[in-house]
Amino acid sequence: MPEFEWQFTLVLLTNGIMIGLMYALIALGFVLIYKATDAINFAQGEFVMFAGFLAAVAAEMAGMPFWLSSLVAIAGMVALGFGLERVVLRPLIGRPVIAVVMATIGLAAVLRGTAVMAFGAGTRAIVMPVSDEPFQLGPVMLPPVQLVGAGVSLVFLALFTWFFLKSRTGIAMRAVADSQQVAMAMGINVRRYFALAWAMAGIVSALGGVVWGTMLGVDNQLALVGLKVFPVVILGGLDSVMGAVIGGLIVGIVENFAAGYLDPYVGGGTKDFAPYVLMILVLMIRPEGMFGRRRIERV
Amino acid sequence: MFHRESGVFKTSYAADMALYPLPIAKWAVAAFAGLFIVIAPLTLGEYYISILNLILIACVGALGLNILVGYTGQISIGHGAFMSVGAYTAANLVTQLHAPFWITIPAGGLMAALIGAIVGIPSLRIKGIYLAIATLAAQLIIEWTINHVPAISGGVQASIQVPRPSLFGMQLRTQTQLYLFLMGFVVLAIVGTSNLVRSRIGRAFIAIRDQDIAAEIIGINIFRYKLWAFAISSFYAGVTGVLYTYYLGIANYEQFQLTVSIDYLAMVIIGGLGSILGSILGAIFVTLLPILTRWFLEDFGWLFFSQGDLLNAIPNLRLIMFGGLIIFFLVVEPEGLNRLWRNIRNYFRVWPFSY
Repeated sequence: MPEFEWQFTLVLLTNGIMIGLMYALIALGFVLIYKATDAINFAQGEFVMFAGFLAAVAAEMAGMPFWLSSLVAIAGMVALGFGLERVVLRPLIGRPVIAVVMATIGLAAVLRGTAVMAFGAGTRAIVMPVSDEPFQLGPVMLPPVQLVGAGVSLVFLALFTWFFLKSRTGIAMRAVADSQQVAMAMGINVRRYFALAWAMAGIVSALGGVVWGTMLGVDNQLALVGLKVFPVVILGGLDSVMGAVIGGLIVGIVENFAAGYLDPYVGGGTKDFAPYVLMILVLMIRPEGMFGRRRIERV
Repeated sequence: MFHRESGVFKTSYAADMALYPLPIAKWAVAAFAGLFIVIAPLTLGEYYISILNLILIACVGALGLNILVGYTGQISIGHGAFMSVGAYTAANLVTQLHAPFWITIPAGGLMAALIGAIVGIPSLRIKGIYLAIATLAAQLIIEWTINHVPAISGGVQASIQVPRPSLFGMQLRTQTQLYLFLMGFVVLAIVGTSNLVRSRIGRAFIAIRDQDIAAEIIGINIFRYKLWAFAISSFYAGVTGVLYTYYLGIANYEQFQLTVSIDYLAMVIIGGLGSILGSILGAIFVTLLPILTRWFLEDFGWLFFSQGDLLNAIPNLRLIMFGGLIIFFLVVEPEGLNRLWRNIRNYFRVWPFSY
C-alpha cells in the first residue's frame, strides 16, 4: 500500500516540524545566553518548567485570563533572569567552563525543588483559549495548540534574528560576546548586557513554558524538555539563532521518524534516543554545528 | 594530614614527591586507619555502619571522577552510566558464571574503562561545554541501551539479583563485614590515586588540565593521556558500580541515572577539584547531606510543615540544599572543603604566634 505509507510519512513529517519549531523556541533561550555571555544554561528546562508553573498558578489562583497569566509568567521569568544573573552567574565570569556548568546544574536542582515546594507536585493545566478540535489538512491532523506554539516560535525567531542583525542593543550584545574587553573599551556596559541576555532568555522560557505547559501539563516532568535542547543547539551551532531553528526542525523530524519507523522493532523509546546519536555524530564531525562560529584557540 | 611543618626544607625532587612529606604524616595516617578499620566497626551499630558503607562506595567513585575532572580538566556528566556498565557486567558474570568478587570487580572496572575510553574519544577534538554535552549524551544512550537490551539487563525491569560476595569461603552477611570488605577497596583507591597523580601519567594529566596546547607543545601526547584519564576514571566508576551492586544486592539501572552523575560531580566540586582529601570530604558531605536533612526534618520538621507536607518536603528540600550548596561553593569557595581544611591548617601552623 504505497499510498498509505505516504500519508504516514507526511503525518510524521508535519508533526516533526511542529514539535521541532517548539523545541527551537526553548533552544532559543539557550542560544541567547550563550551568544551574549558565553555561559551555558543547563537549567533551561527548569526555566521552562518554572514559567509553566507561574502561568498555571496565576490562571488558577487569581482566575486570570490566559493572556494575563502569560504576562505574569513573562514578568516573573524576567525578574528571575535578572536576579540569577546578579547572584549566581556574575561572580562566575571568567571562571572555567565546569564552574558555570555546575552552577547551572545546581540552579536546576534548586528550581526543581522550589517549584514543587511552592506550587505542589500535582500536574496543573494551562488552558489556551483555542478550540480542541484538530485542524484537518489533507491526511494530517494538527492540534491548534501546536499551531499556536509553532507560530509563536516563528515570530520570536524572526524577531531575534532582526534584533541581533539590526538593533543597536543586539549589535552591542554581539560585540560583548565577541570580546568582552574590546566591548568595554568601546564603552559598552558589559554587565548590563549580561543581565539583559538573561532577562531575554527569561522571556523566551516563559513563552516556552506556556506553550509546552499547555501541551503536556505542568509538573516537574516538564523540565525534561530541557534535555532536548542539547541536540538542537549542537546541531545548529551554539551561538546561532538560525541554527536553533534548523536544529529544532531536524531534531523534531528525526525523533518523529524514529518513533514511527524504529519503535516497532526495538520496543519503544527511540524518540528520546535518536537525537542524541545524531548529536554525537555531529560532535565527532563538526563540533561547532551547522551555523556555529568556529573558535580558534591560542595559547 | 595533621602534621605542621615550619617551612619548606626539601632539597631533592624525591623528597618533594614523597607520599609522606614528614615522618609524622605516616603516624597520622596510621592513626586514622586504626580508627576507621578497628574502632569504628567494633563500636558502631549496623545502621551507622551501613551509612559508612555508602560513604566508602562514594569515595571510590569520587576519587575516580576527580582524576578526570580535577586532575585532567575534562568534564564528564556520564559517570553514573559508567557505574551501571560495571554493575551490569558484574551482575551478569555472577548470575551466569558464578564468578567470585575478585573476578567481577576488575571485570566491571575494565568494561567501564573500555566504554569510558570510547566516550572519551571525542575529547580530542572537543572540550569544555561540548565535552560536557557529549558525556551527557553518553549517559542517556548507555541508560537507554541497558534498559532496552534484555541480554544486558536481564529482562524484567532491568534488574538482576546479585548475592553478597564471599571472602575465604564465607559470605559477607552483616554490614560490618561488608564495611571491612569495602574499606579494602577504598584504601586501594586512595593509594592508587595518590601514586597515580605523582607519577609521569599524573603529571601529564595536570599539564593537560592547566593548558592543553602548551602540554602538547612540550611533547605530551594529549590524545593518549586524555583517553588514559577517561579509562582510569571510568575504571574507578565501574568498580564503584560493582561495589554498590553488592551493597544493594541488586543491579538496577535506576540507581545509576543522570542524578547520580550530578551527585558525583557535586562531590568533587564541593570537596575540592584536584585533591584526594577533597574527594573523600566531598563524598562524605554529599552522602550525608540527604541523611542529615531527613533526620533533622523528622525531628524538627513539625515546626515548619504539617504532617502531610513533610513527606513531600524532604526530597525537595534536599534538592534545594544540594543545588544551593553547589552554587555556594562555586561562588564563595571554589576550591571546596579541601581549601577550607587547608585554611584551618595554615592558621594553626604558626599558632599561637601568628605574626
